[in-house]
Amino acid sequence: MSPADLLDHPPVFQLKGSMLAITVLELAHNDLECLDRQLAATVAQAPSFFSNTPLILALDKLPDSEDTLDLRALMALCQRHGLRTLALRASREQDLRAAMALNLPVLPPSGARERSIDPSDTTPSSSAAKQAENSALTESIEKAEIAAVADVRPSKVITSPIRGGQQVYAQGCDLIVLAPVSAGAELLADGNIHVYGPMRGRALAGVQGNLQARIFCQQLSAELISIGGHYKVAEDLRRDPLWDQAVQISLTGELLNISRL
Amino acid sequence: MSKILVVTSGKGGVGKTTTSAAIGTGLALRGHKTVIVDFDVGLRNLDLIMGCERRVVYDFVNVVNGEATLSQALIKDKRLENLYVLAASQTRDKDALTQEGVEKVLTELKQTFEYVVCDSPAGIEKGAHLAMYFADEAIVVTNPEVSSVRDSDRMLGLLASKSRRAEKGEDPIKEHLLLTRYNPERVIRGEMLGVEDVEEILAIRLLGVIPESQAVLKASNQGVPVILDDQSDAGQAYSDAVDRLLGKEIAHRFLDVKKQGFLQRLFGGRP
Repeated sequence: MSPADLLDHPPVFQLKGSMLAITVLELAHNDLECLDRQLAATVAQAPSFFSNTPLILALDKLPDSEDTLDLRALMALCQRHGLRTLALRASREQDLRAAMALNLPVLPPSGARERSIDPSDTTPSSSAAKQAENSALTESIEKAEIAAVADVRPSKVITSPIRGGQQVYAQGCDLIVLAPVSAGAELLADGNIHVYGPMRGRALAGVQGNLQARIFCQQLSAELISIGGHYKVAEDLRRDPLWDQAVQISLTGELLNISRL
Repeated sequence: MSKILVVTSGKGGVGKTTTSAAIGTGLALRGHKTVIVDFDVGLRNLDLIMGCERRVVYDFVNVVNGEATLSQALIKDKRLENLYVLAASQTRDKDALTQEGVEKVLTELKQTFEYVVCDSPAGIEKGAHLAMYFADEAIVVTNPEVSSVRDSDRMLGLLASKSRRAEKGEDPIKEHLLLTRYNPERVIRGEMLGVEDVEEILAIRLLGVIPESQAVLKASNQGVPVILDDQSDAGQAYSDAVDRLLGKEIAHRFLDVKKQGFLQRLFGGRP
C-alpha cells in the first residue's frame, strides 16, 4: 500500500470522552449473605431497573479491619440480581490483587466529585470519618450524579431496543437510550434525549416547554424530532446533509439547529 | 425441559403457518416429540398444510371449553411418530379462547411434549396475544419488505413487554428472525430489502432465510410440510433453520443469485 493510499482512507475509528451516569454499589461491610438478602429486597422494588444493569463495585469504603473479600463470589451475587460488574473501585491492596486476577479494570478510589463536600470535614479521607458516615448503612446504591447535585433527577436509562408502537417518557429528567429506536417508537423527555444507536422513531425533548433541551443521536434517521413543541418531520430531515449521521439538535428562537457531533 | 415456541409476525400472509408446519415437522424429524397448535381460531389452515384436515374431530376450542380431552383432540401425524397437531376451530372466533383455558392446555401439553409450536394468527389482537403470551422462544417471520418489517418490529416490542415472561420479570423471550420469500435477484435489482437491511432494522438473531420457491405452494396444496421436500431449496433452508434452533452453527445458504448453466441461459429455463 503506497502512502497515497493511506491518505485516501478515512480514519476507521475516533476516540471520544464521555460522561455517563452509572450505578455504583458501595459496600460497607464484607457480609455477602446479608448483601444477598438486602439486594433481593431492593431488586423486588424495581425489577426492571435490575436487568443487565452496568455496575461499578466500590470497595474503597470497606474498613481496613474487614476480612479479605471474595470478589468472584461478590460478582456472581451481583450478576444473579441482574447487575453486571464493569469495573472495581478499590484502594485495599488485596482487592486490587483480586481484581487483577479476574482481569477486571480498576478505577481510582472515589474522589470529591461525586460526594457532597462538608466544609466542616477537614479530613475527608480519614477512615474514622468514613466509618462513622457509613455505620448506618450496610450497603447503599446511589447514582454517582445524585450526590454531586442534590436536586438533579436521575436520567431514565433504557438498554433494550425500543420497538415500533412503544412509548417511553422520561418525566422531569433526561432520557438515555443505549439501543436502537425503531420507526413508530416515541421517545418523550422533559429534559434532553440521548440515543446511542440508530434513531428511527420520534424524539420529543423538552415536552413541558423546556426550550434549552437538546437531542443527541448517533444516527439521525428519525421520523420526527421536536424540542419544546418546535418540530421537523422526516421529509425535511432527510434533505439535511447530516441525515444518518451523528448529530445534536438544539433550538435557537423557533429554529431547530442540526449540527454534527 | 419442554419449550413453548411461538411462530408470529404481526402481518398476515408472510408464511407463519408454513413455518409452523415446517419447523414442527423438522423438530419431530430430529427425534423431539412435538405438537403444533393452531391459534388461528376461525381461519384454521394448519390442518390443511399438515394434510390432516379430514381427521379433525375435536379442536383447540373444544379442549379449552372442556368439551373434549386433549387425547381426543390431538391428531397424530401419519408420516412421523413424534408429531401431533391440535387444530383450531373453524366455526368459532378468537374470543372463544381465554387466557386461563390456554394456560391449562399448554401446561398439559408441556407434560408430554418436548416442543409446543404455537402457530399465531396475524394481527396483534387477542388471538396473537394468547399465542405468544406463554412462549419461551419466538420465531418472528418476516418478508423482505418494509410493511412486514415494521409489523415484525411492533410484534418484537409486544414480545418484550406483554408476555408472561416480561410481566413476571423473568428472562425475556428468546427472539429469532426468519426471513421468508427471499429473492436474491430482486434484492440486487433493489426491489426487495436485503438480509442485512432487515437484520439492521430488527436487530435480532437471524435464524434463517427461506428463498421464494415454487416448492412452498406445491407443498401447501399437497398437505405436505415443505421441509419434507429435501430436494427443494426452501425445504433445505427450513432444515438448516431447525438445526440452528437446536443450537447448531450452520452457514446461511441461498442468499446469492444462482448461477445459471449454459443450457439454461440458452433455453431460458427457470432454475
